[in-house]
Amino acid sequence: MNILHRAFLCLSLVFPAVPRASLAADWLQFRGPGGSGVSQEAGLPSTLSESEIAWKAPLPGRGISSPLVIGDRLYLTASSGSEQDRLHVICLRASDGAKVWERQFWATGRTMTHAKICVATSTPCSDGRRIYAAFSSNDVVCLNLDGGLVWMRGLTRDYPNASNSLGMASSPVVVGETLVFPVESDSESFAVGLNTNDGSNRWKIVRPKQSNWTSPVEVAGGVALLSGGSLSIVDALTGKEKWAFGGGSSMSSATFAEGALYVPAKGTTALRLPAGVSEPEVIWQNNQALCSTVSPVVHNGRLYTVNNAGIVKCSSAKDGEKLWQLRTTGPYSATPVASGKLLYLVNEKGLLQAVDTTAPEGAVVSSLDLQDTFIGTPSIGTKALYLRSDKHLYRIGGAAAK
Amino acid sequence: MQIRSCLLALLLCAHSVFGAEDAEINAILKVGAEGANNGEAAKSVAVLSLAPPEKVPQLLAAMNSANELAANYLRSAVDTVVERALSASGKLPVAEIRSFLLNTANHPRARRLAYEILVRVTPKDAADLLPGFGNDPSVELRFDAVELLLSDAKNRKEFKDNDGAVKTYQKALDAARDQKQIETITAELRSLGLSVDLPRHFGFLTHWKVIGPFDNSNLAGFEADYPPEKELVWTAEYEGKTGKVRWTEISTGEDYGKLDLNAPLGELKEVVGYASTEFNSPVEGSAELRLGCKNGWKIWFNGEFVFGRDEYHRGARIDQYRLPVKLKKGRNTLLLKICQNADVKDWTKEWEFQLRVCDATGTAILATDRPPTPVTEAKTKTKTKSPAAKK
Repeated sequence: MNILHRAFLCLSLVFPAVPRASLAADWLQFRGPGGSGVSQEAGLPSTLSESEIAWKAPLPGRGISSPLVIGDRLYLTASSGSEQDRLHVICLRASDGAKVWERQFWATGRTMTHAKICVATSTPCSDGRRIYAAFSSNDVVCLNLDGGLVWMRGLTRDYPNASNSLGMASSPVVVGETLVFPVESDSESFAVGLNTNDGSNRWKIVRPKQSNWTSPVEVAGGVALLSGGSLSIVDALTGKEKWAFGGGSSMSSATFAEGALYVPAKGTTALRLPAGVSEPEVIWQNNQALCSTVSPVVHNGRLYTVNNAGIVKCSSAKDGEKLWQLRTTGPYSATPVASGKLLYLVNEKGLLQAVDTTAPEGAVVSSLDLQDTFIGTPSIGTKALYLRSDKHLYRIGGAAAK
Repeated sequence: MQIRSCLLALLLCAHSVFGAEDAEINAILKVGAEGANNGEAAKSVAVLSLAPPEKVPQLLAAMNSANELAANYLRSAVDTVVERALSASGKLPVAEIRSFLLNTANHPRARRLAYEILVRVTPKDAADLLPGFGNDPSVELRFDAVELLLSDAKNRKEFKDNDGAVKTYQKALDAARDQKQIETITAELRSLGLSVDLPRHFGFLTHWKVIGPFDNSNLAGFEADYPPEKELVWTAEYEGKTGKVRWTEISTGEDYGKLDLNAPLGELKEVVGYASTEFNSPVEGSAELRLGCKNGWKIWFNGEFVFGRDEYHRGARIDQYRLPVKLKKGRNTLLLKICQNADVKDWTKEWEFQLRVCDATGTAILATDRPPTPVTEAKTKTKTKSPAAKK
């Protein structure tokens, strides 16, 4: 070990990078806390208007991944270049949208995608001290919160048939010191658990040979991996399958909330997860609660699904009984997010709508036309929504912070 | 905070004094498959990120011998050093970075990074250099230089200087390697009355022999080694899926070299077809086979298996797959296996591929005996010289 290393390590020991305790307001992964799409944050805008746009920050290239919110910092990804082979990880200040840092990487895997998505489609995740950014090229980059590179993996470089010509979209999830990332396609199809400290494989398991764009969710006792053919719960540390359940989805993801797993299969299927290795119990199935592209949201004992026609259906999370349905203006690719009594939906044309879920039949109480293309799911931070179009990041709410 | 700053300053001094970058760079160069040496590389990146700005050229030069992952680790260090230098009004070694950029022996990506640093530090100088990158090994530098030409040509056309526009568009076409730019240029040239031989520009192989159909029921044909994988005998006759099959010749004049197997072999599902051609190379050395195909496929070059992929109907485009090969001077052989699945949706009818031979920048390598590009009335049709043998 040379003197520089020693000096650096001494510096690190004297002034360690203290893991930052996550705050309740942090939004650390796709669909936020637990992958639920629900924030406990109060004070989000209930009346949507131009005056609620606190700022609008330009972004490089393209991207439909969601931003992470960690304290006063936002972290998000983008991809640029005529081949979409330039990968960006960007940190912005939440209060004013100013760029704090940006790192760029060259993709090592294939970058072809369907025109609707792009290489920066997967939402990064964080354990509160590092950012784990995955791209459609199957490159995974781990950075500390100040932009220092911790490690990088090129999973298509390692496993050359791991790619999808339509693009990959699964967002990784971090559980303890394991980053769980499904890389599922018609060809080489697998999921990996990467050691968060150095990116090495803790495990790699074969997955159904089928295109899949769903994202894993942490559940009691493991991680739910959902594909078109089945649902598997695997141990995050070993990748060992605990149990599997037939029927699934390749587009919308499952949601673990209020003690049950809501799977977008046969409409929606609610499962009670077993404590051991026994089979899960089907609590209910509702084939009318179709999820199409977006994922279900469970909030305050109610399940919200959105179909291709923009119909929001509200069902009882307890028994699947339909409570009301409401026509909103679609089409949607983004999954709604919820806070308090409001459900926020942004359609592909940039119309942000707030639905009062306590109204007897639900009601769109406010809307704001952002006149931009929105495919990615919004994120929630302190008193604000963060919406990302291809070219810009918007903060909606907390305009006084300008 | 002050203590930390002091220690950082001390560390920077120590860095300059001891100049230990080589050891750190070597650690980074060892990163490899499945996370190999990531841990050591992370420590080294952290150290190199504290390097003084004058070390940037050394870090750029290290990319010349770096694999794709190591280059990214080094890039991360460069980005950090540059960012810190710019935020602290630190002085970057502009002359050395410029010199690195202009040396085309350096890695194209490292040179592009050097250019982007210059854009931030000395934007006028960078802008002055840009037109000179029209024939550059860096496709990104080349792209930006072509954009300048396109802007120039567009202005000339708007001001009715059609001769000037044509010359500028032709210069842009010679330089362009990006498909969208080439499409734009071709459309403009054709609108100005000129013909453009796109298959030749790209280096698409337009003349093939094909044989089939063989069986791909339940997708099992992908792994089945049918006779063409064992021998290439043009006069041979084999048992196919629907009867005897033998080799037939096809060619294409389609702009992007697409060869439609439905035309000679029939609109079939759950089948395998083979296509073979020879490539008489003017040189020996590294090249790329660039394939676009939405069917399952395998490819052999000079009898050696190169790669295969069993993905069906998820999309195709020019240069979808880049496959490095070593060309022999003179005769080289290519064999493709193109598999069709059972799906009957309209958008799964295609049973086709496009393949070109080029260098790493996408510049076409043309065979010494390249035949003229077939002229077709409908550019998207594949021409069949003789009917397929099906009984």
